[in-house]
Amino acid sequence: MDYSQFGSMIPELIVLGIFMLVFLFDTFSNESGKRILTPLTTILFGLGTVAIWLLPASGEEVFGGMYINDTATNAIKAILNIGVFIVFLQSAKWVESDEVAIRKGEFYELILVTLFGMYLMVSARHFLLFVIGLESASLPLAALVAFNKRHYESHEAAIKYIMTAVFSSAILLVGLSFVYAFSGGSLYFSDIALFIGQGEMSGLLIVALAFVIAGIGFKLSLVPFHLWTADVYQGAPTAITSYLSVISKGAAAFAFFVIFVQCFGAVYSAAWEWMMYAVIIATITVGNLFAIRQKNMKRFMAFSSISQAGYIMLAVMAASGLSLASMIFYIFVYIVSNLGAFAVISTIEENTGKVGMDDYNGLHKTNPWLSFAMTLAMFSLAGIPPFAGFFSKILIFTSVTASNSWALYMLVLIALINTIISLYYYLLVVKAMWISSEEPKIGAFKTATCQRAGLWLCVAGIVFFGLVSGIYQYCYDAVQNSLGFLTFFNL
Amino acid sequence: MDITLPILILAIPITMFLILGIGGVKMSHKMAGILGILGMGTTATLAYIVAFTYFFSGDANFIIDGVRQQYQVFDVTWLAFTERLVVNLGFLLDPISAMMLVVITTISFMVHLYSWGYMEGEPGFQRYYAFLSLFTFSMLGLVVATNIFQMYIFWELVGVSSYLLIGFFYKLPSAVSASKKAFIVTRFADLGFLIGILVLSFYSDTFNFMQLTANPGGVLQSFGGATFMGASALTWAMVLIFTGGMGKSAMMPLHIWLPDAMEGPTPVSALIHAATMVVAGVYLVARMFPLYCVVDASLTFVTVVGAITAFYAAVVACTQIDIKRVLAFSTISQIAFMMVSLGCAYDLPVEGVHYSGLGYMAGMFHLFTHAMFKALLFLGAGALIHAVHSNNYTEMGGLRKYMPITHWTFLIGCLAIAGIFPFAGFFSKDEMIAAMFSRHWFWGAWMTMVAGLTAFYMFRLYYMIFWWEENPHYKEHKPHDAPWQMSLPLLFLAAVSCVAGFIPFGEFVTFDGVPYHIHIEGSVAATSLTVAIAAIALATVMYRKKNDLPTRVKNMCPGLWTAAHHRFYWDELYMFITHKIIFNIICKSIAWFDRHVIDATMDAFAKITQKTSYAIRGMQSGEIQTYVIWYFAGAVVLAAITWLCLI
Repeated sequence: MDYSQFGSMIPELIVLGIFMLVFLFDTFSNESGKRILTPLTTILFGLGTVAIWLLPASGEEVFGGMYINDTATNAIKAILNIGVFIVFLQSAKWVESDEVAIRKGEFYELILVTLFGMYLMVSARHFLLFVIGLESASLPLAALVAFNKRHYESHEAAIKYIMTAVFSSAILLVGLSFVYAFSGGSLYFSDIALFIGQGEMSGLLIVALAFVIAGIGFKLSLVPFHLWTADVYQGAPTAITSYLSVISKGAAAFAFFVIFVQCFGAVYSAAWEWMMYAVIIATITVGNLFAIRQKNMKRFMAFSSISQAGYIMLAVMAASGLSLASMIFYIFVYIVSNLGAFAVISTIEENTGKVGMDDYNGLHKTNPWLSFAMTLAMFSLAGIPPFAGFFSKILIFTSVTASNSWALYMLVLIALINTIISLYYYLLVVKAMWISSEEPKIGAFKTATCQRAGLWLCVAGIVFFGLVSGIYQYCYDAVQNSLGFLTFFNL
Repeated sequence: MDITLPILILAIPITMFLILGIGGVKMSHKMAGILGILGMGTTATLAYIVAFTYFFSGDANFIIDGVRQQYQVFDVTWLAFTERLVVNLGFLLDPISAMMLVVITTISFMVHLYSWGYMEGEPGFQRYYAFLSLFTFSMLGLVVATNIFQMYIFWELVGVSSYLLIGFFYKLPSAVSASKKAFIVTRFADLGFLIGILVLSFYSDTFNFMQLTANPGGVLQSFGGATFMGASALTWAMVLIFTGGMGKSAMMPLHIWLPDAMEGPTPVSALIHAATMVVAGVYLVARMFPLYCVVDASLTFVTVVGAITAFYAAVVACTQIDIKRVLAFSTISQIAFMMVSLGCAYDLPVEGVHYSGLGYMAGMFHLFTHAMFKALLFLGAGALIHAVHSNNYTEMGGLRKYMPITHWTFLIGCLAIAGIFPFAGFFSKDEMIAAMFSRHWFWGAWMTMVAGLTAFYMFRLYYMIFWWEENPHYKEHKPHDAPWQMSLPLLFLAAVSCVAGFIPFGEFVTFDGVPYHIHIEGSVAATSLTVAIAAIALATVMYRKKNDLPTRVKNMCPGLWTAAHHRFYWDELYMFITHKIIFNIICKSIAWFDRHVIDATMDAFAKITQKTSYAIRGMQSGEIQTYVIWYFAGAVVLAAITWLCLI
């Protein structure tokens, strides 16, 4: 074996390196040393993020084609890294609180491990590596969900999460074992892609694909595999909820695209097009319908993120280089918008312990800047121009309608109608903050510097990502130049 | 020609608008006034330089073999919608645009200066100057437009600035409704303008004035004999374009906004509603004149509309009490005069007539002189209102002793508009009436009668203000002449009104660029002078001293007088149509549809969404067993249905 192959796993090595450093430092440092753990990790991670942005992707397949690091995977990793960096900034105050300060090292370590797993998911071109990545991204998350160990909601959430995760892994593995039957004895994506379209369409293959959709759909919270989402989001510590809702989802969405377009692309119309069609409509609609009635902000964001996942999945339906680029852009925009909203929620929760939507009534009187940031995040999530969310939505819709099929036009139409419904509940939050005439229930407080920095990053992203076309161009170029997709899309 | 000056001419006013509009709040009144006046002064100087260069430099771009040329200083692509639909922005220099540059900047500068005194201490002083700059920018952009679409854009911009300035005293309900009225009526007319533009450019494939007017025969051919409702498509296009001009220039039946527009500050009335914006319609016809010539019907339409309006407005002006309204109707009448003059021009040489395009030259000449003396009259009226604090001449009378400067300048204005030698109006009006006689004796006779009416109502106004009987209020509150900022423009414009007639206008502005030497037609001049002097004499007899002759005349035909006083009930007619017919019948049914069909559908949509949301809440039970069952069942059902459907 040629060990120099590890050299092309630059992003993984960086995250692994930071993990090792943090782990060793956490284990061997004394009490006073632990005090600098938070800034140390955040700064290290920031540097690592910059490094991943700047270092060029090797663009080669290694380990016999199990793993690939090309421009597209590098782009999504860099984007996820920015999200994690913002999560670190936002959680810096929470991890220092009395209840969790004693195990803050674990927080960072577990997050880094799950991030490593997501990297593998994104880069895997073999189902074995993919499942390893998926599991290492799932199981440590259960520990993170249970991080507030004195709160029973946190336990409940962790139990629900781990149970569903295990169940979904089982379903996924069953599905994959069925796939194996059609792949000519290989679990390489490229081999499966060659063999799968051959011969008669079989019911077993459809079952296999449905189970794979269910398995990955769990991570993405697609309807009807989403039921854990609301309870877990509500019970988990807010920092973990925000991590779950964007980073985990972004990685899974990218992997989903790779698997279904690159690996199962040959049976697109024969098998999975209509399954995804139904799942996407259900996801967007059910997510919206539940979001309308929520009174708890974290639960509200859970359903909002379910609905957003449906929009992200639209890119899979178009299955083109253009739609992958729009998906990466959508994920990036979704990260800043959702994290912006969560930053406000977590800041308010930490300072006052309030998470109800009613508590936000008249918030602008006491906390105008937080209200402002929250408003921008809501506008962006709802897709109101000129904020980033508008552009990400319009680009993904454009890429879907580019394929010129009536079924997809209808899909976009349904998505558009749902956008109107989503506008209603996003504006409910805005209305509570600005228009409600009640006396504010949340008093004025000072936001910690690191949280403010994270929030500023999100606001800048919300305002500028859509207007600065370079960001989309970056995503598009990344897809265009990526080795893995060159052959598939004939770009 | 270097493009710096033309660009600066447009850039300075718009920059002033931005500076005063955005930063004005922080400035003192004095600062804002000085900035506005300096900006306008610079623009005026530059415009003079450009006009002077155009007329006198002898540059081959501007004049070839004694024939003045049209020249596009620049013309850049602005909005390229499609291959065919391309909108340019540019700067066109030709005799009329150069002449308009001078007129607009001169009057605008005078008004800027005058307003410094007139608007002193008014709240929103800076805003006022900002809007004046916006108006000047828009008007300049309109006259130098290289294509009809650019003209349309600036046409709307002058409409907006006019709206803003009429409604300047936005706390007065009458000002607000007047501004709305002006905007809606002119905007309504512009709909016709837009359709006309689209029809014209659809066939001719260009917006550019030079391409359109250089070969009107070619344009006519490009229409390929297309007709609509019995008239050729080109006729329709030209008549529709003229509709826009009717709106802006307040021709019947779209004149109703102009008298109300007098609610704006008086200097604004002088600038926008007397000298510049309202002649945009005349300018439009002149700009597209070769196209009007090839379709005789559209030119006849212009003539007829003008002739009716001129007479109507002159009659109404005889019965108004508000001095600004008298002047407003007089403006309508004089603009109609120009329209008739344009309509009586034709490009084919006719035997026995010394110059066939005379009406064009005379109309433009009158536009020029009218701008000067009508601005003078309005500014004079402003000085009177400033002194007496009322618009009605019933509150005035005998003011000649108290306000000598205003009195003499106003008198010069009246003599000029009445067409008395040697004041400016005499020359231009003489040329116009000569042109009308050369077309048909009827138009000449008709307009001579209107000229007589003009002299009568102007001197009626003059005597009622400055003679008649002294108002007893003067003893408590002695009126006096306006401060220097206001008197200076009056004196300047009065001087111009005295000498402008001697400008050899035909050397500069003619229909085809070939200089024309003006000579006074003895018979026409004698006739119109006789009529004017007779009318003035009549006015003198009736109004110089307080007597009961006017009341007796009024009682001779009370119905006519009342009708004229109420402007022949045009406003009431419009009110009836809009309120009774449009609002009650059309709007109410649309409102019903909106409430009971559109809103109800939306409400139902929202209700269904809410209901479904409640109906499916059982799914989220909180029990992990249910979740897993849903999960598994979902995957299986998905697979089963797809299996059934696809295989």
